[in-house]
This record gives sequence, structure tokens and C-alpha cells, in this order.
Amino acid sequence: MNDANGKKGGELKVVGKPFRKVDARSKCNGQTLFADDIVLPRMLYAKLLRSHVPHALIKRIDVSPALNMPGVVAVLTGKDLPIPYGILPVSQDEHALCVNKVRFIGDPVAAVAALDEDTAFDAMNAISVEYERLETIASIEEAVAKTEPRIHEYGDGGNIHKKVHLEFGDVQSGFEQADLIREDVFFYEGNTHLPLEQHAAVARFDADDKLTLWSSTQTPHYVHRALAKVLEMPASHIRVIATPNGGGFGGKSDPFHHEIAIAALARITGRPVKITLTREEVFYCHRGRHPVLMKIRTGVKKDGAITAMDFQSFLDGGAYGSYGVASTFYTGALQTVSYDVPQYRFRGLRAFTNKPPCGPKRGHGTPQPRFAVEVQLDKIAEQLRLDPAEMRKQHLVRANSITANYMRVGTVGLGACIDRVVEASGWRDKFRKLPYGRGIGLACGAYLSGAGLPIYWNNMPHSGVQLRLDRQGGVCVMCGSIDIGQGSDSVLAYIVAEVLGIDPFDIRVITADTDLTPVDLGSYSSRVTLMTGNAALQAAERARELLTIAVAEKLSAPIENITFADRRAFDVEHPDAGLSFAEAVQLAEAKFGTIGTVGSYTPPPSPAKFKGGGVGPSPAYSYSAAIAEVQVDPETGIVVVERVWLAHDVGRSINPVLVLGQVEGSVYMGLGEALMEEMSYRPRRNLVHKIPSMLEYKSPTTIEMCDVKTFLIEEPDSAGPFGAKEVGQGPLLPIPPVIANAIYDAVGVRIDEVPATPEKVLAAIRDKAKGKEGRYGPKVVPRVDWPEPLRVPTPAQGGDGRAIPREAVHSRE
Amino acid sequence: MTETAFLPHKTLLELLREDLALTGTKHGCELGECGACTVLVDGHPVLSCLVLGLDVEGHEVTTIEGMSQGAQMHPLQETFADLGAAQCGYCSPGFLLAAKELLERDPSPSREQIKEALAGNICRCTGYVKIFEAVELAAARMRGESAEPAREIVYGYE
Repeated sequence: MNDANGKKGGELKVVGKPFRKVDARSKCNGQTLFADDIVLPRMLYAKLLRSHVPHALIKRIDVSPALNMPGVVAVLTGKDLPIPYGILPVSQDEHALCVNKVRFIGDPVAAVAALDEDTAFDAMNAISVEYERLETIASIEEAVAKTEPRIHEYGDGGNIHKKVHLEFGDVQSGFEQADLIREDVFFYEGNTHLPLEQHAAVARFDADDKLTLWSSTQTPHYVHRALAKVLEMPASHIRVIATPNGGGFGGKSDPFHHEIAIAALARITGRPVKITLTREEVFYCHRGRHPVLMKIRTGVKKDGAITAMDFQSFLDGGAYGSYGVASTFYTGALQTVSYDVPQYRFRGLRAFTNKPPCGPKRGHGTPQPRFAVEVQLDKIAEQLRLDPAEMRKQHLVRANSITANYMRVGTVGLGACIDRVVEASGWRDKFRKLPYGRGIGLACGAYLSGAGLPIYWNNMPHSGVQLRLDRQGGVCVMCGSIDIGQGSDSVLAYIVAEVLGIDPFDIRVITADTDLTPVDLGSYSSRVTLMTGNAALQAAERARELLTIAVAEKLSAPIENITFADRRAFDVEHPDAGLSFAEAVQLAEAKFGTIGTVGSYTPPPSPAKFKGGGVGPSPAYSYSAAIAEVQVDPETGIVVVERVWLAHDVGRSINPVLVLGQVEGSVYMGLGEALMEEMSYRPRRNLVHKIPSMLEYKSPTTIEMCDVKTFLIEEPDSAGPFGAKEVGQGPLLPIPPVIANAIYDAVGVRIDEVPATPEKVLAAIRDKAKGKEGRYGPKVVPRVDWPEPLRVPTPAQGGDGRAIPREAVHSRE
Repeated sequence: MTETAFLPHKTLLELLREDLALTGTKHGCELGECGACTVLVDGHPVLSCLVLGLDVEGHEVTTIEGMSQGAQMHPLQETFADLGAAQCGYCSPGFLLAAKELLERDPSPSREQIKEALAGNICRCTGYVKIFEAVELAAARMRGESAEPAREIVYGYE
């Protein structure tokens, strides 16, 4: 019998087993070559001069003192690279070097290449730039209030980058049916990825007109496109090789200034050029978590069933577009995929400010609204005198359904996740029963297994895999995906090994090289296991098919009897009469010629046909439930998270050890966001980052990290390879709200703001002692003239995923 | 014993990476904040970005390249690889050397002592859990016990 993935007998030999990663040993003995480890003959070293003012016109740049220094080979400024670029087609608002204006402290204005790094550094400092200062925009509120000066000449007016307004169904009637309506305001501060590896890249331009760029990037394909555009070179002359990323978390997903600048320097000097950013510069590259102010209005029945939700989000985008339009939609997209929300309205606004640009960080745009939803549900449960675990469980989204905003949901393991953590943590004996200062909380989350749509519009596959089998039994998997530590190279090997009945360590994996590997869109949106996995599965099945035909002929056995296991091909009815895997390849090669197959994966079309419906759809959603137990010191406000129980619905673990590692890493990163991590700027005119260093930007060490008990819920989802869904980002989502909910259980104060620093907790405790509310958090959101909503009838209303045409809306009114 | 000439202002980190091509030693801040560049000098953990190359003249420096005996990896390297304690792997050399020094000092450290010993090294991928488990497993094996990882370490809790 064949299972869904064509595996005979259904018994898996590799998938689901705790194999070592295929590159694990090299990472433990110093052999793995990261970008900064690459050294080429005659290599030059580059530095970028960055703006020390937050908002200004560039009046004059004098590079001659730098050019005249011995050892300096070339200097570039904005006029040398005038073509703009940006990750999203709708916001091509960046320049490799600022052309006539700087928009934040850290914006690059000139690039230097010199014989050594010290000379490059001195030359960079010798460049003089004359600025004409402009007024700054420091916050969401200021961006809404101040239309001049504009940071960018595009967007939705003044310093508003983007405004969106979507209404699914009839929110008003939903609220009319509610027994309780709650309105809450929350704030989630921005924070950054802080990968251990500083961004680094090496460029080489050879005399035969070919450019090669090695870079620690999560998205070699998008870097390839940006280079072709800005350098005005045919993409066919450019090769981008993503080196193993020393941590990404979303921070290496944009094409960056330094990548383009060194490519240009390599072209004009004819010599290889390397750049490695300092840690301070990594803070300026940022693209991290958007600070988001949120107002959420939710109507519920007495049993906690949601009748309507109205969600507003205000994002502080920083100085450039980056992924910001997608981030804005993401703050409104996934509210509907966990609990049934029959009527739903979303308004989102992204502001430009004179700070480092925000972008995608683990969970991209969804941890902020998740915090708001899960903390508000905790308040609702308390008001309705319901158990928060039980209340959530009663109103889960149905499996295989379409939500009000047209997200197609497949398997939903959230109920099982809740059960598991409730049981393991002793929830029923602890909730609202622990002594003052000790508390327990619960929260859930859901995330995409890959974005359903590509970043630039096209109808090609999102992932491609090429497989080559040689006559000595060697198997080489080639794929554009890049391993950022999550183990994506290993996932390719495991899946191919499973299908071909060989050992994963027999396989050579070549990834993330635009010359050698078919396109994969990149390591973001938790897409890699599902998408490259499906592509690898298809390529491997096609190869197995060729081998099967040749082997069946040789063994004079029926084709359906041929199976592959233990590096052999054999007839299941006569297992002794078989061939080695290498012999099987030889027979196939003799019969068909060189054996190479391809596989590709394109997500299924989304039922969301309305404008803005491109953000949120995914082939499958993962679910998590978490319970945290905390100790809060009422004298200091210090919160110690002692333990987190987390159950994650992963569909199927391709490798359980790697899945556990993603869960533990997500809990860790969520813990840092919940308690301490924040981007912090000096206010008003200067807007300089206060703490651009690893010492002062607080992140959890071994001492602060909590104990984690992980439970894997495996109900295979037909969308994923062998049923696998994502795990890299989803388990972060419940962590900030679970900690806030546990703090409330411990000391009775609501911290409606992330991070819950001791100062905030203490302020709320003191307020409460004075008879006040006992809450820390924002109270209001800015007043904004929202555009007319795009009205989309829900599936329950008979909608087809399209919006009602605007004209029809107007004529009806 | 290595003899080399280098610019006197170079740090040990730069000396190792740039002059001796020992790129296994990593850097995350070059300011003594992250622990990625940890090496052992005469057996003690040192942040190589804060030490001048000149200061180690006549001293024994152990880098990640010297942790294996030829092709034979150190038990810590084995358990880090097997248990997924190295995700991106960038902080791993520093953690491995700090852990090596700990186990030479104390063959049976408690979980709390492991946390204490590794508190100067930052890892952004693992949440440290798999690192603690890998150190404990390696410690057991180095004590001569034929230890295998507990089921929940590789499959999660039931």
C-alpha cells in the first residue's frame, strides 16, 4: 500500500527520526565557512560611511581626502548608484548609497575600498559631508500629526506609508449580537533579530564580465534581482551564493546596501571586495519587529464565542518601506485562524519615522496582534468567569474551513495542544490558586507554513529542486534554499533519502547558489520545509520512477513490486533478489541516459481574491498552545519565568530533534521580547539608537532562559511533505501574551505592553496598591481618517472572496 | 608551537583569523559582549577580541580547530552535533571551548553550574536548552558512562 507520499508499506525510515543534521559536525569543528571566513587573492576591504544625522539633505560630499590616502583604491557615493531598489515592488525606496537625502542615523552615504580594513576605516572618516538638517518624525503619533517634512515622496499622504481598511461581513451586526464587548489598547515595542553573525559579503567581478557575490543572506534570489536592477547588468551575468547564515530570524531578508556597494566596488576596481558590518551597523540595518500600537474591540457571547472583532494597528515603520506593506497586512491577517471570528474588520496604518527601517522578524507582523488578542481573551474569560483554556477550546476554528477573511485552514491541532499543556502543567490546580507573587497563564498562537504568494507577482513555482544521480550511486540535491541554522539542507537530504531508500549522509546537498540551483524564494515565512520539501519529494519520486522501471525489467518483476530501502532496490516478494542502489542507477542510466530529475512546488490558489488578500494565505497553518509559570517580585517588579510548557501542532516532524530546537529557540526569543528586548532611541531631534551593542541591548542569557517542556502534536496535513507543517516561528507567538497573563495571575496587574520590564510591572503594582486600575499600557490610539473599507462578504454570507466593487458600495449608500 | 609576525595592535582574534587562517574562531561584536570568540589560553576561557596577540606569546592557545584530535572529535563536539546544540553554528566554537574548560574543571556539573559557566556566551538560535543537554551527555560519556539521550530530549514529552 502506498501512503499519501507514495511510500510503499508506509513505514518511514528517515522521516520522523532524530538524525544528526548533515552539516552538524562541520559546524562543531570550525570548518563551516561563513561569509567573513572567505578570503580571495588581492581582496580589498570596504567600509560604509553612515549618516550621523537623522533627517537631512546632503548638500555636498567631499571624498577627495579619502581618495588621496595611500592604500585607498576606490570611493563611491550615491550618484554612482542612482537606481532605487527595495524588497517589495511597491516600495522601491532605497538606494545603495543615499542620493540627496538621509533618513535615519545609520543611512549609508559613501563606500570606500582599500587595501586593508584599517585604511578603509580611516578613509571613511576622512570623507566630509555637509548636511542641511530637516525636522524629524519620531513616532507614530508624530507621523500622523505632521505631514511636513515628508520622509518619502510616496505613500498614503504626509508621513503615512500605508493605510488599509478591510471589512469582512457585517461587524456592526456582530457587535449587536454580543453579550459583552471589550475594547483594549496595547503596545508592542520594536526589537531586533540580533543574529550572532554580523552581516558580511564578498564580491568578485571578473574580466569575463561575471559578478559573484557571497553573502550571509536569507534571500539570494531577491538579492540577485536587486543587483541586476541597480548595477544594470543582465541577471545571467550575476551569481549570488548565500553562505550559511550565522543566524537570520528575518534580519537578512532584504537586499542590503553593503551587498550592492561592494559589487559596484568590485566592478570598478577589478578586485574582490569584502565587507563585514560592525555590530553597531547591524543595529542600523535592523528590519526588525515593528513597534505596533493596537486597539482591539471584540464582542463575545456569554460562553466566550466571538461575534465580531474590530482591530486597528499602527506600525512605526522607520525610514524605509522594506517589507512594511506586507507587515501591515500581517498585523490584521491571522486573527481569524485560531478561534472562529464570524465578522471581522481590520484597519492598519504604517508610518514613516526617522529611525532604522523595520521589517520581518520571526513571526512577521503577527506576534503583536497575537499579544493583543490573547491578553484580551484572558480578560474576557475573567469577566465571563470562564476558564481561559476551556473557553478557547470551545470556539476553535474548524479544520478544513475558510475563515471570514478567506484564509483556508487545513488541519487544526490547537485543541490537542491546549489539552496537552493543561494536563502537563497542572493548570487546573494552579490557575488563580497560587500564592501572591506566583502565577500561571495560558496563550495560543498560529502561523503560516509559507506565504501563499511570492513577493513579486509571477505564476512560477516558489521552490525548485534538481536531483542528479550518478552511476556510482551518488545523489546530489540542488535547491535555492538557504540554511540559516534551521536545518533546511538536512530536510532536503532526509526527504530524498526516504524516497530513494538511502542514507541521508550519502547525499550531497548544494543549496543557495543562483548559478547551480533552481530558484527557491528564500528562508522566510516558515516556507522552506513545506515548499522545498514538496519539491524534493517530487524530484525524488520522479527519479525513483526511472530506477523502478529499469530494475523491474532486470529482475523481471512487476513494477509495483519494486521497492527501495537500505541502499538497495528489490522485489518485495523476493527481497533477496535485488540490486544495490548504485546498480539500480547504472541500469537506469543505461536505459534512459544521465539520470536527473526536477521537482517544483507552487502553493494552491488562495480563495482570497480581494486587494490585500495576498498576505495571510498559506498552504497550512501551525498551532501552538503555551502555559507559563512565573515568579514576580512585588518589591522590584522583576519577573522570573520558571517554566514554559509548549505544545506545537507541527503536522509531522521531519526530524523531531530539529523541531524541538525550533520550539525551544522560539520560546527563548519570545521570552526576550516579552521581558527585556527593545529598540530604544533618544527622543526628538536626534533619534539616535541608545543601545546599539550586545551588552546594552538586553537579551536572555543562560541564566534568564526558562525551562521548556515541549509536546509535539502530529496530525499530518495533506499540504505538507509527509504531512509536515511549520515550526520555526509559530511557537514564539504565544510567549509574550502567556507571560503577561501569568503576571496577572501572580500579582493582579495587567501589563498591556511588551516588554514587561520591571519598571512597568512595579508601576502597575504601586498603582494598584493606591486603589487605581493596576494596569500599565497605552490608553488611546491616534485619530485617523481611514479610507472607506473594502467590503468583502464572508463565506457564510455567500461571498466568493471578492470585494464588493467600490461604486456599488457608494450607490447603495 | 607557531611562530608568526603580525602587526602589534592586532587582537588575538584578528591574529588567529587573519594571520593564521584559523577562521573557526568567530566574532559577534568585537567588544567582549557575546562570547563567540572564546578561546582557551593555557586552558582558561578568554575573549580573543579583548586580548592582544602579543599577550599570548609563550602561552598555549586552544581554538576550535584544536579541539578535535585529528579526525576524532571531542565528545562535546559529538553531542553538540547529534543533539542539535549547533543550529546556525556561529556561536558553537565559543560555547564548545567554554564547556570544555568547565568539564575539565568539574566532570559532573549540575545544570545550574553549566548555566553559570556558559553565561558569558550568547546563542540566539537554540534557547540554550539543547546546549545544556549536550554538555550533560558529553560529561556523562567523558566520565565513562555509556549514556544515551533521554527520550524527551529527541522526541519531546509524551
